[in-house]
Amino acid sequence: MKKAIITVVGKDTVGIIARVCSYLAENTVNILDISQTIVDGYFNMMMIVDISASEKKISTMVTELEGVGNDLGVVIHMQLEEIFTKMHRI
Amino acid sequence: MINIFEVNETNNMIEHECLDVRTITIGINLLDCVRFDVKSTCDAIYEKITRIAKDLVSTGNEIGKEYGVPIVNKRISVTPIALVGSSICKTTEDFVEIAKTLNRAAIQVGVNFIGGYSALCSKGMTKSDELLIRSIPQALAQTEYVCSSVNVGSTKTGMNMDAIRLLGTIVKETAELTKEQDSLGCAKLVVFCNAPDDNPFMAGAFHGVTEADAIINVGVSGPGVVKAALTQCRGANFEVLCETIKKTAFKITRVGQLVAQEASRRLGIPFGIIDLSLAPTPAVGDSVAEILEEIGLEKVGAPGTTAALALLNDQVKKGGVMASSYVGGLSGAFIPVSEDHGMIEAAQCGALTLEKLEAMTCVCSVGLDMIAIPGDTTAATISGIIADEAAIGMVNQKTTAVRIIPVVGKGVGDTVEFGGLLGYAPVMPVNQYSCEKFISREGRIPAPIHSFKN
Repeated sequence: MKKAIITVVGKDTVGIIARVCSYLAENTVNILDISQTIVDGYFNMMMIVDISASEKKISTMVTELEGVGNDLGVVIHMQLEEIFTKMHRI
Repeated sequence: MINIFEVNETNNMIEHECLDVRTITIGINLLDCVRFDVKSTCDAIYEKITRIAKDLVSTGNEIGKEYGVPIVNKRISVTPIALVGSSICKTTEDFVEIAKTLNRAAIQVGVNFIGGYSALCSKGMTKSDELLIRSIPQALAQTEYVCSSVNVGSTKTGMNMDAIRLLGTIVKETAELTKEQDSLGCAKLVVFCNAPDDNPFMAGAFHGVTEADAIINVGVSGPGVVKAALTQCRGANFEVLCETIKKTAFKITRVGQLVAQEASRRLGIPFGIIDLSLAPTPAVGDSVAEILEEIGLEKVGAPGTTAALALLNDQVKKGGVMASSYVGGLSGAFIPVSEDHGMIEAAQCGALTLEKLEAMTCVCSVGLDMIAIPGDTTAATISGIIADEAAIGMVNQKTTAVRIIPVVGKGVGDTVEFGGLLGYAPVMPVNQYSCEKFISREGRIPAPIHSFKN
């Protein structure tokens, strides 16, 4: 399993999760976990996903998700999980 | 499992606190490129560098994109050229030809610096060392990406005062030949004592002869992250302060370790070391000086600066060492003047002097770095400054270095603009009393008594 973390930050609007999830489904990315909060009216979501079945290069998906974010007016990042586990776990 | 707060903390460091990996540097051995003449040696050097480093930039960019962390520089260091050219270079022009070859190779693979136009002469100079040193002004004036360094002393060997005397004039000549660009050539020349073999940072990087054929060294950075963490513990005691720096350094270094391992795996080149240095840039919020001010100094240079820097440097190492499997290079806080917003301000307002900077170099790595001094400073005075710094390194068993720029046509009160990561700097005053007679003595200063450990 190859895990990545997707974060979505921005002004809350209708259909953010729907758009992100449909993009992931199209690219056979499996969602393992979702957590979401609203801080000061700002939408803040994190997804843990499994990208091992996806045929696209990770860097391509990073760029395409940024594009999805631009359409929705939010900032979307996708990063390989290790940067977080290395930093926060011994 | 990773939670949203941890993810946000990491991304906040990247987006708002200038966390990045400062450099991936491939060290490449060139000793096997020596042929029977300069031309064929240059061809072999070009071939080897462009072959081994051909995917460095694209791989670095890809790793940066996949992990969402900027990898600012991709660079190359090579075997000290004085060794590579020793049997074939008979004139300074021959050495300059090699410099031009390195420059072409750097352009071809897309790196922004290539280091190793270097001589190691901590005890004595070979003919080749001396020729290379004499060729440095031309080499730096005729190339854009080549960086040069000379090791003039070590704790084990003492100090080579003949090389130090020569380098005073070389620094002046380099300044003169690049005077149209505010003597920029001097920003690419570092004079070392106890130079490390595996330093990934420019301008002092070279691939030591103790190293493997090719190796990946990574320099991490993140002064902004440390500073931001310290804003959370204003007024707290030293224990809290030190713990905060240590934990932050751990986190920063883990990112470097991850990037280093990935780069090593993807490029098929062994991982060498992580350099733990906190490296600033001229950007606001990416400054070592700002950390010192956050610790409690009104301006860098105020009494207490040396102690605060010693504390910072030590805690960064303690946090970083646990985060990485191999630590090396310079591994200390960098205090370049022109490349650090807070240092520039402190120098401009008179809080920071050359003498205080010298004291600060006793407790952190590197030394007098990126300091603009008046263009009319004599060669002997520059040698004197180099000798002082080398003595600090020699006696304290640490790396020290001098990278000063005697800016032709400028004096105290003027400002010099180097551009980009090299930043800008006010011209700082230099002590006007002469050391001419001291510097004109020939020979070397013996190794200190505590170097005899066998």
